[in-house]
Amino acid sequence: MKYDILLCGVGGQGVISLANMISTAALYEGLNVRQSEVHGMAQRGGAVNAQVRISDKAIAGDLIPEGMADMILSMEAIEGLRYTQYLAPTGAFITAAEPMKNIATYPDLEKVYASVRALPKSKIVDTAAIAKKLNNPKAANIILLGAATSYLPLKLQTIQQVIRETFSRKGEQVVNANLSALQLGSE
Amino acid sequence: MINKKLLLGDEAVALAALHAGLSAAYGYPGTPSTEIMEFFLDHRKHNNKPAIATWCSNEKTAYEEALGMAMVGKRVMITMKHVGLNVAADPFMGSALMQMNGGLVLAVADDPGMHSSQNEQDSRFFADFAKMICLEPRNQQEAYDMTLAAFDLSEKFHAPVVLRLVTRLSHARGVVEVSKERPENSLIANHNRGGWMSLPAVSRKRYAEHLIQYKKINQETENSDFNPLFINKDFSDYGVITTGLAANYYEENLADLSVKPSHLHIAYYPVPVEKIRKLAAGVKKIIIMEEGYPLVESRLRGILPNAVEILGKENNYLPITGELNPDNVRKALGLPERKAAAASADLVPIRPPQLCPGCPHIDTFLAIKEVIAGYERAIVTSDIGCYTLGCMPPFEVIDSIVCMGASISMAKGVSEAGVHPVIATIGDSTFFHSGITPLIDAISANSNITLIIMDNSTTAMTGGQDTILPSTRLENLLLGLGLPEGHLKIITPLNRLHKENVDTLKKEVDYKGVSVIISRRQCLQTIKTKA
Repeated sequence: MKYDILLCGVGGQGVISLANMISTAALYEGLNVRQSEVHGMAQRGGAVNAQVRISDKAIAGDLIPEGMADMILSMEAIEGLRYTQYLAPTGAFITAAEPMKNIATYPDLEKVYASVRALPKSKIVDTAAIAKKLNNPKAANIILLGAATSYLPLKLQTIQQVIRETFSRKGEQVVNANLSALQLGSE
Repeated sequence: MINKKLLLGDEAVALAALHAGLSAAYGYPGTPSTEIMEFFLDHRKHNNKPAIATWCSNEKTAYEEALGMAMVGKRVMITMKHVGLNVAADPFMGSALMQMNGGLVLAVADDPGMHSSQNEQDSRFFADFAKMICLEPRNQQEAYDMTLAAFDLSEKFHAPVVLRLVTRLSHARGVVEVSKERPENSLIANHNRGGWMSLPAVSRKRYAEHLIQYKKINQETENSDFNPLFINKDFSDYGVITTGLAANYYEENLADLSVKPSHLHIAYYPVPVEKIRKLAAGVKKIIIMEEGYPLVESRLRGILPNAVEILGKENNYLPITGELNPDNVRKALGLPERKAAAASADLVPIRPPQLCPGCPHIDTFLAIKEVIAGYERAIVTSDIGCYTLGCMPPFEVIDSIVCMGASISMAKGVSEAGVHPVIATIGDSTFFHSGITPLIDAISANSNITLIIMDNSTTAMTGGQDTILPSTRLENLLLGLGLPEGHLKIITPLNRLHKENVDTLKKEVDYKGVSVIISRRQCLQTIKTKA
């Protein structure tokens, strides 16, 4: 088994935190993990990605080859499309619907969604609406993770455990809010 | 029980250094090396170790502080990015001839592909130049293991050791099995003074000894498991040499090759020449793949005709700029491109990094922009930090970004060439790093320049490390250098103070001589994280 995930978004959206949670869950399940990241404050507001590779065998490198990503998980409407050359022909493409319009020319959103829908296994998640329902604007990346859980080769309980540990410092209420976000994202 | 951890390459280096019995770490922040020191700082908070872990004014002071530690017998690590080693080049080159009494390891992180740097210089050349041992891990486990080995080698040969990292290792996580911590070294009672005197008479002798020792070390690299050689006697079409991460991308594609060719991986330098000869003896061609500059490749090619055909970066068999990756290595191995999902990426515009909304630099740049619009030809030199983004729209006010501190010295040169006005822009951390000495030059010559210190009270670009001293000390420092009190101004870069700031700036630009404006407002990111 191998599962390569390319996570992407705009610097500051929590792409690395999300990658960390997936990698930690894989580690807990006794799998091999590699995770490549983009760091640095100067990336703020710019395109960023993180690559998570999970396997039950040894993993040679940190970078996903073209055409080998089993999933693209995008925090922003157009960012995922930036990396489609990495997506396997039948790979899953999951993106937040919400655009981040911090550039001069942002393409027509309907055209963007149409390109996404043209992919064989795609899902556009209205993370903003769900976050609003939860009254928790910070939960967008957990909602997105929820939407990805059915594809990931990881047990839901393991992901829940990682969420508990990640947010335990912030108290029971925050833990539960994020568990609900995960649940709503997966529905 | 085996202890497994998910660590960044940088963190694996730091943890291994601690387990090797580290006493101190010195460094200057620089992507992608920063997380090594951050790991030490965090570890010390919880475990009181290492006793000393500190950011320094710059890479040169960091290196020299480390030399002090090693002279009296303690183990020490120095961290910096590749261009930081240019700053530390003087003590670095000098240290090659000094006698380390405690292990000294320089962890230097290169940035092939220039993710966050001005060039992609390859630190292996520095090690080669100084004739120092260099280790080059290619995954997190090797980062851990080779750091341990680096301290042992340093103490065995009483010599500094270079640990060369690259972005894709420094900033990638993997599972690392760790070993037990060993105790620190004690202070040695006496050190051999002759081992630390760079007087010509002493250095001549030490250099001759150094060359003999380098040959001895080369014997070790010939026999080391860090340089594994695999020979396939039944396949002579080609052999492969890899260095650094190239081996990962090679392995990634190996399953698709019909035969496994002979392969030498080099991770421990000086270059194991005999192993290369052994590989070459059985093949018609060598494909050489190096993450970085073609260091081993140019050695292979030499100048005269080769008996074996060499395919590498110098004949564009692999791209000579940028990073290697699984795909360009795949192509070099003659394998077909992989098919990807069909989708249109035409829609996607570039999204460059940008200053955060509300960033103080925005207001400073807008004020500068308005002031210089009133002159036929103004030049604004800049420096290394988030404010390099001042070259982008909507600002487009910066004329140069060269290296740490160059804004001030270049402004002096531009002014002396006859341009007016000349404005230098530099951040507070970069000013402490390399801005003070050029300002001394400018004040001494009474140059007609205006210096703007964009003081956001942090080292923002690398993630908000504290500056070496609080920037509130700047005023006394500047006046102490002889800057006239009337030409030291402090402004607050805020939209509502724009007009006032433009006036102040304009007045100082028109003053004939050095004036300094501290444009002071805290970085929004550090306000958030340090609240």
